[in-house]
Amino acid sequence: MTGLVVSDLVVDRAGRRVLDGVSVRVRPGEVVGLVGPNGAGKTTLLRACNGSLAPTAGAVRVDGDRVTGLSARETARRVATVPQEPSLGFDFPVREAVAIGRTAHVPRFGRRGPDDRAAVDRALDRAAVTDLADRPVTELSGGERARVSLARALAQDAPVLLLDEPTANLDVGHQVRTLSLVRSLAGDGGRAVVAAVHDLDLAARFCDRLVLLADRTVRAAGAPADVLTPDALADAFGVRTRVGVDEATGCPRVTALPAAAETTAATGRVHVVGGGGRAARHLRALADAGHDVSVGPVSAVDPDARVASGLALDRVVVPPHADVADDDADRIRTLAAAADVVVVPDVPVSAGIRETLDAFANGATPLVVVDGQPLAERNHAGAAGRRTWARLVDAGRAVPPAGVTEAVRTALRERPGQSDTD
Amino acid sequence: MYGRTGAWVAGLAALLVGVATASAATGPVAVPPARVAEVVLSTLPWFVTDAPAAHRTIVLQVRLPRVALGAVVGFALAAAGTVMQGFFRNPMADPSIVGVSSGAAVGAVAVIVTGATLPFGLGLPAAAFAGALLAAFAVYLIASEGGRTPVATLLLAGVAVQTLLGAVVSFALVNAGEGIREAVFWLMGHLHDSTWGKVRLVTLVAVPCVLLLLPFARDLNALLLGEADAQAVGVEVERTRRLLLATASVATAAAVAVAGVIGFVGLVVPHVMRLLVGPDHRILLPTSAVAGAAFLVAADTVARVGASELPVGIVTAAVGAPFFLYLLRTREVRTA
Repeated sequence: MTGLVVSDLVVDRAGRRVLDGVSVRVRPGEVVGLVGPNGAGKTTLLRACNGSLAPTAGAVRVDGDRVTGLSARETARRVATVPQEPSLGFDFPVREAVAIGRTAHVPRFGRRGPDDRAAVDRALDRAAVTDLADRPVTELSGGERARVSLARALAQDAPVLLLDEPTANLDVGHQVRTLSLVRSLAGDGGRAVVAAVHDLDLAARFCDRLVLLADRTVRAAGAPADVLTPDALADAFGVRTRVGVDEATGCPRVTALPAAAETTAATGRVHVVGGGGRAARHLRALADAGHDVSVGPVSAVDPDARVASGLALDRVVVPPHADVADDDADRIRTLAAAADVVVVPDVPVSAGIRETLDAFANGATPLVVVDGQPLAERNHAGAAGRRTWARLVDAGRAVPPAGVTEAVRTALRERPGQSDTD
Repeated sequence: MYGRTGAWVAGLAALLVGVATASAATGPVAVPPARVAEVVLSTLPWFVTDAPAAHRTIVLQVRLPRVALGAVVGFALAAAGTVMQGFFRNPMADPSIVGVSSGAAVGAVAVIVTGATLPFGLGLPAAAFAGALLAAFAVYLIASEGGRTPVATLLLAGVAVQTLLGAVVSFALVNAGEGIREAVFWLMGHLHDSTWGKVRLVTLVAVPCVLLLLPFARDLNALLLGEADAQAVGVEVERTRRLLLATASVATAAAVAVAGVIGFVGLVVPHVMRLLVGPDHRILLPTSAVAGAAFLVAADTVARVGASELPVGIVTAAVGAPFFLYLLRTREVRTA
């Protein structure tokens, strides 16, 4: 079995169990992301993998051999590590700092040979630090230091690469560049890569598989979309999350929600009308409060549509500047009917949306109407628009924008069969 | 890299020869430097000289043993200091950081104060050497736990043991009586009763130790990265550290045993060389050793030219400390 195999690993440190029965398998060419809360044992697992920490029980095997049975030298030829806070030490020139990665390849009484120099050159090139080769490491920026540290690990020419928070302290540009490089090291470099990554979105985007570590053990493992579920994340991180799909990358996107006291209060299904970007704040607030939120109609080009997509809400998206088509109108009616409350924000009132709003005004579902931007400034339907809005205000509860969440909660409490105690 | 190391070592070696010659020429009886060279060369069987016998005696029996002892002691202290600074990743580390000097001081002062004579004709140096190694070993044992020796614990254990042994020495001095002058002189570091016998003794122990340290220069570079990183690039951290600590301590103990506590050589010389040649131990370690030899010979020459001879430790501190402060303020003394 090539690659890295961790089986039933148990690690105790200072009399405390840090890892308990962890099993992970990483094949060559694969990037596995370690995710999990602080103190879950990600760094400990990496340290057990590179032999700097002896396991209490279980084993780490690299290419079939137990790491504990290998010398530090032999281990370093098989496993390279990029530490969380790379110490590059004194003011070595970059080339020399990278060449330290060749330690395990140079005989004690020998010198570095052409192979070593070639490996260092390759590593410098791969990590895009060739230009910095003669600069002292003490003069580098954080992003440059991270790349030099990566180059040092690459110079080790090891088939297994471990990275501990490679993107910590990097700006977005460097985060993405670093992880793309790591990806390609696995892809065409054929390395088995394990990276502890704090940022769940980045982990989902750049890793083939994720291993969710929490409470000393593996809570979930598999494809990012299978691991990053609200249930698993709530279990691991103790926080409510909403998992959407990132529009730009198509990868899962995790949004942590405040551990709001509202969750103990009544929650229910809430349907919100979108438009003019006026619904966005309410969508977020209602979703955060734990309600099951749907939205529609919302124009495809409206900011509200992006928020809805980011929050992975049920939504009825309509073409911009057009009347709501019949089947869309049906879906909206169905959602509204199924909802416990309908919220109408201070959206622009156009001829196209008027019919939908009239239906809400006449519907049976309790209404919350947002009294924000004056109607005159957003009414594009003339007198008919004014009539529609008057009917909505008449049928529902009109509240200022900040009062929507509270109004929804009140409306839910007033549902038939609900008592104040739930 | 290797060419650069060779050039630096050769240059410093030439400096050492120059300083040694000047030192052997200097004293109450002036001997011209050329004559010194002539006398030294005359020890070779085929070289014939007409140098006066008095000059031969002064140079070969009085001054050169002292120069040689200074050179070997400086060589050992500077090399050990370089290793300790790299090992501890601490710019204030010196060769005695694990209690070597304090242990030697207890051994030496005990012999001086009690007037005891040791068996087998071993005298004060043997007692100092034994005390030094005992102290270092004790510090190591105290700091070790479960096969691991954390550097921070080692450092603190060293400080504590040094303090304790310092108290023992002070107590002995208070009750020293007659021996106090000799004891104080020893404690300040001295090269005044040098003999070829002492030179042989310290050379046999210290020089092999320093030579043994040289192949570990690469590991010292890696250790600068910290324990975990060094392990990750393939350094057997615990084993390497044990070996470095033991070897550097033995070299230091040998130097202290014959020359007393000479401060600052092992602290300042590595710093100066680091500024000149950079932090890479493959060049830093050999150049520091040779520079240490030249520095101590020069300092000792200054110590003995005055009206009354000073302990060389006073000179090394008096010259080294201001120079170090100058470097500290004008050029960044970089540390781990």
